[in-house]
Amino acid sequence: MTGEHARPGAASASTAAPRRAALMITCLADMFYPEVGERIVRLLRRLGVEVTLPPGQTCCGLPLFNSGYHDEAAAVAQRTVALFREDEAVIVPSGSCAWMVKHEYPGLLRGSADAAAAERLAERTWEFSQFLVRRLGHTAFETDVQGPLAYHDSCHLLRGLHEGIAPRTLLSHLAGAQVVPLPGSDECCGFGGSFSVRLPEVSTSILDRKLANLEASGARCLVACDAGCLMQIRGGLARRNSPLRALHLAEVLK
Amino acid sequence: MTEPIVTTPLRERATNALGDRLLHEALDIATTRFITLRREAFDDFPEGEQLRDRARAIKEATLQRLDTYLEMLVANVERLGGHVHFAATAEEARDIVLGIARRTGARMAVKSKSMATEEIHLNDALQAIGVTPVETDLGEYIIQLAHERPSHIIAPAIHKTKGQVAELFSRELGRPGLPADPEVLTKIAREELREKFLQADLGMTGANFAVADSGTGVLVTNEGNGRMATSLPRVHVAVMGVEKVIPSMTDLAVFLAILAKSATGQKLSVYTTLVQGPRRPGELEGPDEFHLVLLDNGRIAQIGGTLRESLYCLRCGACLNVCPVYRQIGGHAYGYTYPGPIGILLTAMINGPGSVKDLAHASSLCGACAEACPVRIDIPRMLIELRREMDARRIAPWTERVVFKTFARILRSPWLYRVGARIGRIAQRPFVRDGRIRALPFFFGHWTRTRDLPAVSARTFQERWRDL
Repeated sequence: MTGEHARPGAASASTAAPRRAALMITCLADMFYPEVGERIVRLLRRLGVEVTLPPGQTCCGLPLFNSGYHDEAAAVAQRTVALFREDEAVIVPSGSCAWMVKHEYPGLLRGSADAAAAERLAERTWEFSQFLVRRLGHTAFETDVQGPLAYHDSCHLLRGLHEGIAPRTLLSHLAGAQVVPLPGSDECCGFGGSFSVRLPEVSTSILDRKLANLEASGARCLVACDAGCLMQIRGGLARRNSPLRALHLAEVLK
Repeated sequence: MTEPIVTTPLRERATNALGDRLLHEALDIATTRFITLRREAFDDFPEGEQLRDRARAIKEATLQRLDTYLEMLVANVERLGGHVHFAATAEEARDIVLGIARRTGARMAVKSKSMATEEIHLNDALQAIGVTPVETDLGEYIIQLAHERPSHIIAPAIHKTKGQVAELFSRELGRPGLPADPEVLTKIAREELREKFLQADLGMTGANFAVADSGTGVLVTNEGNGRMATSLPRVHVAVMGVEKVIPSMTDLAVFLAILAKSATGQKLSVYTTLVQGPRRPGELEGPDEFHLVLLDNGRIAQIGGTLRESLYCLRCGACLNVCPVYRQIGGHAYGYTYPGPIGILLTAMINGPGSVKDLAHASSLCGACAEACPVRIDIPRMLIELRREMDARRIAPWTERVVFKTFARILRSPWLYRVGARIGRIAQRPFVRDGRIRALPFFFGHWTRTRDLPAVSARTFQERWRDL
């Protein structure tokens, strides 16, 4: 993550919308939240985008990178770059994985034979909400999720990719949905990958704060753009037998 | 190496802190307030972002010619009649200060708030040779009375509620029944301290900056105690990290414009004290002697090291206030002089990477620190670099290294990845109820003790793909 100041709206939907896009499903969505991937595929098809799934996907390697295993992360990055070499647009349902590909792959593969391909992949990779708003320029959707909704900024999407606008744009345009502000929406949920099990008590204490803010917001459903945050927040809600829900943005849009 | 290595495991220290209800309450109130004030200060100050870039650039440019600026600083301080000492280690810095105290026959030292003197554990050393150190910053005074150490870089007693302070003052100052009223308590501290200022023969301070081209030491305070400590005692000693030097007064203006806003949300601190050497002939106040101790203690090695950017740090504390980990556990749980995200880096700088084996992971890498930092220090990046060093130098536990290397092997092979999913589905069977897992054995319990875990889906997305 960089210390650069957030400048939302760096990208633009200037060039013609792509007719094809590859889905990087990510390990968490693949294993735990396949319905998120299904929603994305259906939604994009309805918008006239042909979705492909390059076979043999695993994980972007972010957990390796963040824990300092950079040689190993580079090997995973090299594999991923090869898988998506031909795709003109790559869609990622998690801000953190998108950040890994866009911000860290070029650095990890700098000086290798895959350096140029990594740079190209970084340019063509889009977090899901960004792809809809900034690449396709499509913001009008419906929903059948009972509100009110509240948006949680995942750290890597907000402070890594400087994106807090696209998901909110999509939510605020939802016909018939009420969106309420989430106090401390830009605060971490406490997941942090291996942090959540290295210091589980601290991770949970941070989560408690997030859930208290969610309750205070009056929302019935939290919306996020990162499977990591969702695993943490859903895990906390379920354990507390809370009536509140946490959904991926793709599960909200129809 | 300057600080004793903390032996209680981090997780235990953190868990103890989490169990302290008053600590939680105090931290929540104070950090929330700091965050709001900082945000408001910069919202009202459109030039702020540009000045932050400028400040960062000045720090970087200064580091690139640190030797030149230090030489300039030394020459100018000496020209003004001051003495400059160079301390390679904390021990050397202590010895220099103790030497001055002994030579001048000091019995009592009044101290203005200084993290550098905390870093070298000066108070104990002074005490040991019979010089009574008296902390004169209100927060420092509180924790000195409580026999504790600062838990925040600018708000050392942030972990205490006003009720606790009232109790402490009642007990330690022999004035039973004091109310939990900050105004009353501050007035009492002021009375107690006023006398010490007049008695003390040694004034100990740090320095927020030292301006090379004029030999000026700069202290930024809110209570005026810095001014008293530099003008009343007959000897003034300032201990300062070498990286605090800045080229000119013009540069100082840039830093002053953003420092207090980042720290407390103030436009400026109440006092900005500029010190130029000892009292000169014809001047009415000021010390007979002025000493500047330039402290290395691991800093210079990092000019070319992975922690280089942490040498930009202004010690404003903004990264602590926004850090979700700090806000939950407070400063003491970190175990060393400098807490919070920047503190982990400074601890590694001072005590070596082995000292932060666990602390390097005391961050969710949420990036709030880098965003709040007035000079945009990329703290998460350096935490990751430290973790990398742990693996490269085999400081990380071998079990962890095996787990991650095995994990990496799986991620490089779609076949192993698919097999992994299948094994997961079989292994989870005894634990799944309604698609969720509420308890798992071994290491996995670290998650499931407080959170449900989703079950590995009966069919992964990639397995569903051909039917989509």
